[in-house]
Amino acid sequence: MSGLHISSSPHIHTKCTTSAIMLDVTIALLPATIAGFIFFGLRALSVVLMCVSVAVLSELIFNKIVKKEDTTGDLSAVVTGLLLGLNLPANTPLWQAAVGSIFAIVLVKCLFGGIGCNLVNPAITARVFMLIAFSNLAKPAFPIDSTATATPLVELAAGKEVELFDLFIGNIGGAIGETSALALLIGAVYLLCRRVITWHLPVTFIATVFVLSFLVNDFSLTFALAQILSGGLIIGAFYMATDYVTSPVTPKGKVIFGIGAGVITVLIRFWGIYPEGVSFAILLMNIINPYINLWSRRKLFGGKK
Amino acid sequence: MSFYLAGVKLPHRKHTAGMSAVSIDMPKEVLIPTVMHIGAPAQPVVKKGDKVSVGTLIAEAKEGLCAPVHSSVSGTVEEIIDTLMWDGKKIPSIRISADGEQTVDSTIAPPVVEDRDSFLAAVKQSGSVGLGGAGFPTYAKLTVNRPIEELLINGAECEPYITSDSITMTDNTEDLVYGVELLIKYLEIGKVIIGIEENKPEAIKAVKAAFKDNERVSVKALPSIYPQGGEKVLVYHTTGKVVPQGKLPIDVGCVVINSSTTAFLGQYFKTGMPLVSKKITVDGGAVEKPQNIIAPIGTSVKDVFDACGGFKEEAAKVLYGGPMMGISVPDLSVPVLKNTNALLAFNEGETIQPKTTACIRCGRCINVCPFGINPPAISKGLKNENFEQMEGAGATLCMECGCCSFVCPANRPLVANNRLAKQALAQHRKKEAK
Repeated sequence: MSGLHISSSPHIHTKCTTSAIMLDVTIALLPATIAGFIFFGLRALSVVLMCVSVAVLSELIFNKIVKKEDTTGDLSAVVTGLLLGLNLPANTPLWQAAVGSIFAIVLVKCLFGGIGCNLVNPAITARVFMLIAFSNLAKPAFPIDSTATATPLVELAAGKEVELFDLFIGNIGGAIGETSALALLIGAVYLLCRRVITWHLPVTFIATVFVLSFLVNDFSLTFALAQILSGGLIIGAFYMATDYVTSPVTPKGKVIFGIGAGVITVLIRFWGIYPEGVSFAILLMNIINPYINLWSRRKLFGGKK
Repeated sequence: MSFYLAGVKLPHRKHTAGMSAVSIDMPKEVLIPTVMHIGAPAQPVVKKGDKVSVGTLIAEAKEGLCAPVHSSVSGTVEEIIDTLMWDGKKIPSIRISADGEQTVDSTIAPPVVEDRDSFLAAVKQSGSVGLGGAGFPTYAKLTVNRPIEELLINGAECEPYITSDSITMTDNTEDLVYGVELLIKYLEIGKVIIGIEENKPEAIKAVKAAFKDNERVSVKALPSIYPQGGEKVLVYHTTGKVVPQGKLPIDVGCVVINSSTTAFLGQYFKTGMPLVSKKITVDGGAVEKPQNIIAPIGTSVKDVFDACGGFKEEAAKVLYGGPMMGISVPDLSVPVLKNTNALLAFNEGETIQPKTTACIRCGRCINVCPFGINPPAISKGLKNENFEQMEGAGATLCMECGCCSFVCPANRPLVANNRLAKQALAQHRKKEAK
């Protein structure tokens, strides 16, 4: 009988680890990935797989080069690659997908110190980078059987009617994983049930966009619904804005973030030059996130006001 | 303003619930440290070769915060040696070989009490300390210079595994009632609230029935959300009062006493026998027969486990107390202390913890903290010796309940850092005061 283990309390721990959380997010994104495959075919799958594998590889190689411990086991690179892939149109050249993934992992994440140290969301930032760097991203892919000529947001901006049901199912033009609200919501419910995320941020984000769209467009319910069902709002609100590292900690902070992102999204959609504003909105809120955290700190029990 | 005290839902693992405590076989010897409380060491009053009986005073409390120590066996004092305690301090301890007779000291008689002062003096003589785990001398806690509006009896027993408090409430209800009555009588207490976590319906029923005719005493069922047993948490959930940061419950007119401590006081004023034995929950995956036992104070942990059938698997980690706040011991020779309410032996599987990885800023630690502390900010402040940051993040408020570390997906040593930060802040203040 020798060598009892000595450690500081507590001596029990939840089963919840970083890799378990990342695995949950990956599982939650599977329905959207499958929907993307159904609507856009094998090409979509190859873009997603390219992003995931390049993301993981670049983290592995970066850590090798700087002689840091391998961190790919935490699966966060998988999530970043998956999110980026789902945010790209299916006709994105594979080399562009690879460049975007390297940008996300190396420039946005690893150079700032790796997981937990990045200032902005890697997938969102890479998407914005690609949107600006590669002009073909502005001409998105369309479902195999679709005859559409523009994304719903472009159509909406042009004053055309869109089919809400198609928007909900995802049978529309756009990025691989952002079109099917249904698939994304299935995953979102999973994340909420597993308590990986809370409702505060996504719900306030989406509600803000809904209410503002309703108000600025002659109280049209169809228009407002179309606004929240299209253009990556759902994937952005539930999967990207909720990224722990770049979003506020307390429920109060999450609500502030959600409202702020919603307002910026609407401003860009209706008054900006881009039809889509979710990525920019999240990126901008990421940048002021440290301040939101400061404003929304919890009060200390029995502390001075 | 209402404050939301978060906390976490823990697995209860109260395997020994409802198991009445059985006395273990007399150990051949006991090792009784002179510090089993918060405060200064008691001064030994016996020497090698002295004959002692059960209840004989072996170390007396001098000036200041201290509690006297009594022999738990009848036998002979073998030696007084410095022993390495769990906290790394060397403490003079008295080793007594037991003769197995368990002769009671002839001077043991119920204390004569007339007023508040003689009551408090008797409480001090009993050697009583907080039996819930903290070990704060009971007389010191009761010696307050303002009226006690509410006396709170802490029967929360919020740590997993432990059932020694609840079994005391169901099996020694009369002692608990007598203890409460004495406290009401001599300390002129207006109201008594007994807080018991709702996962102990038997204890709630027994205590409610016992006090049904006493309108000053009420029983409050607490939600099963850890840590209900923290003093400030209990005060808030039973009275709604918020203890200001840096203050004690008495500053809002409350005193919190553990239910087993209260039951001990009831027993002591009936018999005069000081605190010489402890009811302990023995559990954990390595233990052959988990159960509640009564052991003389000073019994080695090994003897206690042997009395419970020994180990069915190799013990990888042994704890004084529960898994959230308990202390891991270096080996099995350490003795049962006054404030030992549980002894847990974990097997290898229960001992392994997830690897510590980078903080992902998920905020779980902040959101579960009952007091709204920011553990990562404290860790950062500690690393940079930024005392302002540690203070501002609430380091001094930390009760080390363990919720933050429990939920951390990166398994970061948050509680350990909070503890270090508190020490660093205390030292810093001392330096500044000079």
